[in-house]
Amino acid sequence: MSLAVFLTALVSCTLPISESLNNPYPENESEQAVLYQSFSERPKHFDPAVSYNTSEYAFIAQIYEPPFQYHYLKRPYQLVPLTATRLPEIIYLNQKGGKLSYDVNDSDIAFTDYMIEIQSGIRYQPHPALAKNAQGDYQYHQLNPTQIESAASLNDFKATGSRELTAEDYVYQIKRLAHPKIQSPIAEIMKNYIVGFDDFSKQVADKPKTAIRNLPIAGVTALSRYQYRIRIKGKYPQFIYWLAMPFFSPMPWEADMFYDQAGLTDKNITLDWFPLGTGPYLMAENNPNRRMILLKNPLFHQESYPAEGEAEDRQKGLLADAGKKLPFIDKVVFMLEKETIPYWTKFLQGYYDASGITSDSFDQAIQFTGSGDAVLTPTMREKGIQLQTSVAISSFYMGFNMLDSTVGGTTEQARKLRQAIAIAVDYEEYISIFMNGRGIAAQGVLPPGIYGFDDKTGINPYVYQWQANKVQRKKIAEARKLMIAAGYANGIDPKTEEALILYFDTTSTSIDDRPRMNWYRKQFEKLGIKLVIRGTDYNRFQEKMRTGNAQIFVWGWNADYPDPENFFFLLYGANSKVRHGGENAANYHNPEFDRLFEQMRNMDNSEQRYRIIQQMQEIVRHDAPWVFGYHPKNFSLFHGWYKNLKPNLMANNQLKYTRIDTAARAEKRQQWNQPVFWPLLLGVAVFVLMLIPAVIAYRRRRLQERVMREHLSSRETKL
Amino acid sequence: MSQYIIRRFLYSLPLLMGVNILTFVLFFVVNSPDDMARMQLGQKHVTEQSIANWKQQHGYDVPLLWNDDAQGEKKITDTIFYQKSVGLLLFRFGVSDSGRNIGADIKERAMPSLAVALPTLMIGLLVNICFALMMVLFRNSYLEHAGLVLCVILMSISSLFYIIGGQFFVGKVLRLVPISGYDDGMAAIKFLILPVLIGVFSGIGSGVRWYRTLFLEEVEKDYVRTARAKGLTETQTLFRHVLPNAMIPILTGVVVVLPLLFMGSLIMESFFSIPGLGSYTIDAINSQDFAIVRAMVFLGSVLYVIGLLLTDISYTLVDPRVRLS
Amino acid sequence: MVVLWTDALIYVLIIVMLALGVYLRGKEHIQRPLQQIGRNKIGMTSLVVLLFFVLIGLLDSVHYILADDKKNEVISLLDDFATPLREHGEKTYSAPFATTLYSKEMTMLADGTLQWAYPRLAFGGRHLDHPETEKIPDILQKAAYGLAQGASLIGFIMLLMWGLLAEQHKRFMRGSTAKTVWTVVFIIVSFSYAAIHLSAYYHIFGTDKVGEDVFYQAVKSIRTGLVIGTLTTLIMLPMAIIFGILAGFFRGWVDDVIQYIYTTLNSIPSVLLIAASILMVQVYMANHEADFTSVIVRADMRLLFLCLILGVTSWTGLCRLLRAETLKLREMEYVQAAQALGVKQGVILLRHILPNVMHIVLISVVLDFSSLVLAEAVLSYINIGVDPTSYSWGNMINGARLEMAREPIVWWSLTAAFVFMFALVLAANLFADVVQNAFDPRRSGNE
Repeated sequence: MSLAVFLTALVSCTLPISESLNNPYPENESEQAVLYQSFSERPKHFDPAVSYNTSEYAFIAQIYEPPFQYHYLKRPYQLVPLTATRLPEIIYLNQKGGKLSYDVNDSDIAFTDYMIEIQSGIRYQPHPALAKNAQGDYQYHQLNPTQIESAASLNDFKATGSRELTAEDYVYQIKRLAHPKIQSPIAEIMKNYIVGFDDFSKQVADKPKTAIRNLPIAGVTALSRYQYRIRIKGKYPQFIYWLAMPFFSPMPWEADMFYDQAGLTDKNITLDWFPLGTGPYLMAENNPNRRMILLKNPLFHQESYPAEGEAEDRQKGLLADAGKKLPFIDKVVFMLEKETIPYWTKFLQGYYDASGITSDSFDQAIQFTGSGDAVLTPTMREKGIQLQTSVAISSFYMGFNMLDSTVGGTTEQARKLRQAIAIAVDYEEYISIFMNGRGIAAQGVLPPGIYGFDDKTGINPYVYQWQANKVQRKKIAEARKLMIAAGYANGIDPKTEEALILYFDTTSTSIDDRPRMNWYRKQFEKLGIKLVIRGTDYNRFQEKMRTGNAQIFVWGWNADYPDPENFFFLLYGANSKVRHGGENAANYHNPEFDRLFEQMRNMDNSEQRYRIIQQMQEIVRHDAPWVFGYHPKNFSLFHGWYKNLKPNLMANNQLKYTRIDTAARAEKRQQWNQPVFWPLLLGVAVFVLMLIPAVIAYRRRRLQERVMREHLSSRETKL
Repeated sequence: MSQYIIRRFLYSLPLLMGVNILTFVLFFVVNSPDDMARMQLGQKHVTEQSIANWKQQHGYDVPLLWNDDAQGEKKITDTIFYQKSVGLLLFRFGVSDSGRNIGADIKERAMPSLAVALPTLMIGLLVNICFALMMVLFRNSYLEHAGLVLCVILMSISSLFYIIGGQFFVGKVLRLVPISGYDDGMAAIKFLILPVLIGVFSGIGSGVRWYRTLFLEEVEKDYVRTARAKGLTETQTLFRHVLPNAMIPILTGVVVVLPLLFMGSLIMESFFSIPGLGSYTIDAINSQDFAIVRAMVFLGSVLYVIGLLLTDISYTLVDPRVRLS
Repeated sequence: MVVLWTDALIYVLIIVMLALGVYLRGKEHIQRPLQQIGRNKIGMTSLVVLLFFVLIGLLDSVHYILADDKKNEVISLLDDFATPLREHGEKTYSAPFATTLYSKEMTMLADGTLQWAYPRLAFGGRHLDHPETEKIPDILQKAAYGLAQGASLIGFIMLLMWGLLAEQHKRFMRGSTAKTVWTVVFIIVSFSYAAIHLSAYYHIFGTDKVGEDVFYQAVKSIRTGLVIGTLTTLIMLPMAIIFGILAGFFRGWVDDVIQYIYTTLNSIPSVLLIAASILMVQVYMANHEADFTSVIVRADMRLLFLCLILGVTSWTGLCRLLRAETLKLREMEYVQAAQALGVKQGVILLRHILPNVMHIVLISVVLDFSSLVLAEAVLSYINIGVDPTSYSWGNMINGARLEMAREPIVWWSLTAAFVFMFALVLAANLFADVVQNAFDPRRSGNE
């Protein structure tokens, strides 16, 4: 031990540690404004016409710019122009194309025109597809085989070019959405809205991607270099939200021209991997096996940090950078990180700037105050880590397949059974056990923050009741009464005279899901029902849902845009999964509900719409095709040096607003990552000690051998 | 010699065909092309049309084994099985179900795999031989018994414990190396230290025991006794006679696994997020990416066959008595 | 009584082993090595430990439905003995021998005020009024009491046996190996008795995320480990023996075909083969839902298939060894003589070849056992191991992986899995060594 102490002392005085040994990044990067983030699954598509999930949006929202965006600071969410000069001019038209006034009856509106004007002078990022030679021809649009052969990545095409963004590029992108070969996930939806979309789609079905440039699409026209018009059928006020999604960002025709050349796909050089946009960042390295790097776009147009926000934003320092030119961060590195342990550890070591909280790291990071608010633990606060919470605009629910003969259908018996289950499945407990309280139990279809959500009076009267001014889940006894009424006294199925067996279909088959499945079983046991978990892989699960063979399942929905229509359509009869292949996974069909939905869907927010929404909520609560689950609360942690962060669940392009205090980061990292050497030296010492007996034994043997040999030789000489 | 190699090569063809058929059957029993399409297209708004498109793009829109609608030999060639198999045999792995070129990915990922596996093998070999020699040197002493017990103990611990424990202590508590990750070139060294160390350590138990038996076998042989009787010391006999002769089985054993090193280590790579072929395979299994898994199975079989061939050749090189026929 | 597939196969295995024992009685070339094992202290000690594990595994392999229960729950004898452990669930993590949860929670005090503190456990140490001061003396006292009870029980049994034994056996029992064995039995029984006694009052290995007793999980995992280690061999043996002997004996095209089969199988990375098969089982179960209504049946089916596929991937090694040995044997004089005398080939195979390769089979069975138990853990990590709902060390380790990132860390799940798995595998390895030394003709000279 004394040896170890000595060695430690030796090391600590001879080795002034200048750098952290465990820094996973190159040393020279630590002083730059580089943001480190992670991704856990490799993204599949960076083509804005195809990409449709949050992990991909984390990248492409920084690269592509649709005409509109959500205001970063203001709440409720509000659309503001991004590349557009102002919000679109909306014109209602009658069947003949005549202009209508704004107070006209909804049913008279045959078409709506969206007139969008974009700013001039916006330029695309430097990109080989736009590179021109001295003659003014595109340099890389006719690549010869040797050129393709020699290129390993996009960066091997040295020359780059840029050009101004035009309205035609937006039109081109909408044509791309319609092209069957591109396989846009929203093509089916847009068919119902954009005039001429379906016809165009059929017209170009057998033409190559590059051919659509010169074919006109009826409903979308570029009126001038900076102005275009989208004509949609009827009235659809939510359409403007689509215009803030990456689907409607501009795409230069040169991109398709370039990437469509045979042979490039074999090198993984496609639009899906190397985007081309006008946004604040450009993709500099795309290695989904390891990391992706975004660099600041040198040609990014003038955009400045917002000057107004919510009342408390100024006090929080969120307005300190008001008016400054965006973006602040020079380089963003996304590292592939699949395991949660390394990820969390690296965050604590300062090698990631922000982190979510898994339920395993929760206790370490969060504690609750006397009034039940979540705050950081002292150790976290000491590190200068900060916490941000927000309720996600999503809903998780347990659905019943309404086509099922036991739990489904509109009979009173089945409804009572569903209601009983709704009481028994105690989602408050679920949230507390599995989500560490990071969520709120749902009272209906809508999450907070969506128009029509009512947090004061809107409780679900079939599951909850008011008790001493608090919302309480009904007692299990009431659920048992409902079970009796449904004909399953004590959970006994009269047909088999045994416990009623219900089936729970899930894709959660991994070990980490086991406690959760056990919990669900316990909930049903309260009613005497035996729940059988049918775990299966994702494909099988999808097939079951499609064919209507599932019985009970849990599912969630993330809002595309902040409007109640985007939630209620999950229960609209015509969206039934089995009958129509839609998103109504419960296959719920109630004529009255459908009628109200059709009425509500195209309305602007108003007193009347609010009333209809409440009626619809009531119908769903009564029929109980879903057990309303919960709306998760996002908790995210970030280090003190990471500035200007505000949760914005609709906007994905926050990166450009954020800033990093590099000096503070370098200092903290230094401080937190002093290596510990003494156990290593101790280990070496122990090993050496273990060798000593071996050495002694060896010496002894050598001696013996020598003695023996001398003995022998002496005998020989005697002889 | 060259004749032999050609014959072995021809012999391996039916083998690879068999592997191909087996994996094909296994995977298509599990997944229909429709399932694959749905899996890859994601959860929101998937229509029949987009599934058909996807299948067409990835070449899954023809029948599995027999095309009734086609003419002549197209009845066989215009099937998923034929088209995909021919590609594999020519090492054209095609595009993965998620849309990336598999060949390019494999090329890129082979190096990191090798960067972990090769040092692990080499250092492991060195360490194991050293310890085994020491145990033979001190045979029938308490040192050997202690060493043997230690070996059995090391062998009885699951490799998962080594990884979890190593990552926890060295990476998290002592902060000596980055906890996970990878970099190109020389910068990779700091990421490789820990995985290599753990890999070597977890192999010590069984490795040392195995080499010890090899050495012991050699030690008992007559020529060694003669050497000892001639007056060579124990260390001299070990290094001059026992080690070189025991190296023959050791090296030929190593040659078998050499090609398979490219396949990487499944667990180690995913724990330390090293972008090698092992983690590639695991990801493919988890996301049910049929094309990648098939490519990896095929690659594995090819490497295995090469390994067998190399072993045979190395036998002739080290031992002139063995002749290939 | 409910007989699961793996249960049935375990019974078959036991019958086969008994039959084998009867068959080998009095066979000189098998008896000698067995006696050698019987004289080896390490061998006998590890055998005792293994038998102890096997006993637990067997207890866990007798399944039945609780009579007075409408829930149709299938439980095993072991579950019945461990009912308190099974039902004493806490809310979430608690450390070994803890009386409170591992993390602070908001709790409502009697007077209605909220407090941020460690809540008391529902079962662990609930008999204590002042855990801070009473806990350690209580644990020591209970441990001592349990030890004493266990010791006196086993002591009584030993005395009883001593009294009943005949004089010649008594001499045998005085041998040094027998003494070691009795000491080990004595220690195991007293300590497990103490553990059982303590676990009625405390969670001796803590509780996991949903408050399930970790000690119970670790004990339940024994069966999974044993099933994988033994049934896989049971499944692979017929294939390996038949193919190996046939290939070696007949040579020619039979040999070519068999060699082709096993080289093909060998050349496929086994992990991928296992992954594909496990996916197939899931599909099968999805298509035949009616047959798999209870969780335990589904888990059992998957376990069985895992054994099957592990068997398929692992028979090739033994097959190759047997082929080589048979090639050697068929050139022996007595086999040649038998052939010359016109003895039927089937008879030659059964009489002369099979008994003479049995030692290879035995050695490879014991050697494979521990590697299979270890493989289970690795496979569970990639999610292609046993069913996630069943208890296994692999699943425990896999779950515990995430717990290592907690601060303060939750170490007991990992430790429990480690201790149990280590004990089993170590015993198996030591025993395998002894068996190998005894049966391997090359080695027997070394001793």
